Amino acid sequence: MIKLKRIRLSRNKSGIRRSYFVDFGIYLFLLFFGLFMVLPMVYAISNSLKPLEEIWYFPPRFFVRNPTLKNFRDLFRIMSESWVPFSRYIFNTFLITGVGTFGHVVLASLCAYALSKHDFPGKNLMFSMVVLSLMFSGVVTQIPNFIIVAKLGWIDSYKAIIIPAFGSSLGLYLMKQFMEQMIPDSVLESARMDGAHEWKVFWKIVMPLVKPAWLTLTIFSIQGLWGMGANKFIQSEELKTLNYALSQILAGGIARAGTGSAAAVLMMIVPIVAFIITQSNVIETMSTSGMKD
Amino acid sequence: MNTGLAVKNNIKANFNVKHRLSRTWKEVKKKRICYLFAAPYMIIFFTFTALPVIISLFLGFTSFNLLEAPVFVGVENYIRLFLDDDIFIKAIGNTFILAVMTGPISYIMCLMFAWLINELPKALRTILTLVFYAPSISGNVYLVWGILFNKDSYGFANSLLLRFNIITSPILWFEDPKYMMPLLIIVSLWTSIGTSFLSFVAGLQGIDKGLYEAAAVDGVKNRWQELWYVTLPSMKPQLMFGAVMSITGSFGVGGIVTALCGMPSKDYAAHTIINHLEDYGNIRFEMGYASAIATVLFFIMIFSNKIVQKILARVGD
Repeated sequence: MIKLKRIRLSRNKSGIRRSYFVDFGIYLFLLFFGLFMVLPMVYAISNSLKPLEEIWYFPPRFFVRNPTLKNFRDLFRIMSESWVPFSRYIFNTFLITGVGTFGHVVLASLCAYALSKHDFPGKNLMFSMVVLSLMFSGVVTQIPNFIIVAKLGWIDSYKAIIIPAFGSSLGLYLMKQFMEQMIPDSVLESARMDGAHEWKVFWKIVMPLVKPAWLTLTIFSIQGLWGMGANKFIQSEELKTLNYALSQILAGGIARAGTGSAAAVLMMIVPIVAFIITQSNVIETMSTSGMKD
Repeated sequence: MNTGLAVKNNIKANFNVKHRLSRTWKEVKKKRICYLFAAPYMIIFFTFTALPVIISLFLGFTSFNLLEAPVFVGVENYIRLFLDDDIFIKAIGNTFILAVMTGPISYIMCLMFAWLINELPKALRTILTLVFYAPSISGNVYLVWGILFNKDSYGFANSLLLRFNIITSPILWFEDPKYMMPLLIIVSLWTSIGTSFLSFVAGLQGIDKGLYEAAAVDGVKNRWQELWYVTLPSMKPQLMFGAVMSITGSFGVGGIVTALCGMPSKDYAAHTIINHLEDYGNIRFEMGYASAIATVLFFIMIFSNKIVQKILARVGD
């Protein structure tokens, strides 16, 4: 009630009349959809904490009564018994996510700097190609992609996943827009007057100024690479990722048992925590994400 | 006399072109550090994003099985696709149903949620942003819908309906064509509050508060007028960007179908163009035919985007 009043007061400042009735409707609406969004995730978490007898309890209960970490322990037991040591899957995922993200952030920032703060022949063509590529998803190019990776001889190596991830187009787009709108040319000019080389301007001045943007690129890249599952480019078992191994457990006939839910919960923790930490930076970056026609 | 003039003009034009080229070249040499900066990214982008589109366009006109060299067959793949392949026609229909249902609805949901939470206190806004955004980044947690709507009586939805005697035997949610598409639409909507939503949240916060005061003076009476005359026009660039993200995402629904309905889904009731593409590309190895499918999907995506951009350009006019 207090909250409602305060919001209403702040709105009155803009001089526009609003009704409590509509306010109430909005809260109800947000509550309903908030529950729709959050309940399936709560159910997944609740399932992952259920002991066996509760999972097979009829009628099924939504919330767990006697939470246990047994599913997670089972998950780690299955992991340790797998043919390829589980630490290897974890290592693979960390390597792919780490190197892929780092490379993407550095290369996209370098390119975005040239595209946003310099003028040179071909720059508009480059950027419009990137914008056009936002308009179709990677599925339409998967066959030629396979052929190219095969011709390069990268099948069954980390390179096949890591190097293409460097060239993700959303990251370059966001970084270029952010640099263009957030870095005043005068700052760069004065640095160049002091005799700073372009590399130095980029590392010492531009990159610190665009911290929200490269944090955002990092988050988006982690979101993409962390969840990487089965992949046509990778055949050897010992090069496969954590998500692949966990989805094998999910598909292994014990999906209903809590172990599957435990695996899903483990996989979603990393992107969600990463987003929580950087949320305000991501929102700041998205404020410059607009597209001009 | 005339020919002389023509030749003279020709030489002049030639000289102009040469002159311009040499000027461009000088410019390129002067700015070579820019190319050095852009090259690593652009080379990778070109190799794995632009070049594949070109190759795909070319392969669409061939018969190709990955082992032997592609054989040029003209438009045969496209004729077969549109005249002989009933499943493809069904897949186009399903893709459009999914895209039309999830694309615009998800776009409007993103915009509406962003707009409604914009006026809340900061802490509440931060939490709700996370709540709405989280499903889109949680990997394959959407599989939990498969448990909620499991086909036996242990599925949550079935047990609930059974308990209240609404149904007498469990519903085969992801096998019955009647329920398959609506459920897939709900699940894809659930995972679709993504990048566009964040862009709208940010766009709304960036709107100058003074505009609202000015609008109130100009006679804007309620929040709907405020939305149409002030808010939406002020965040047009974000609306454009969000549209691109939503449209591209809505045509990309394929993984969810395979995961929840199986591949192929029963009677192809939920088969999308992407499933069809994967069927021919990964299972039957008819790469020429699969590339033709990919090319069709590519143009559908690009045209939808271009049309929606044209429409959005008129917002608030």
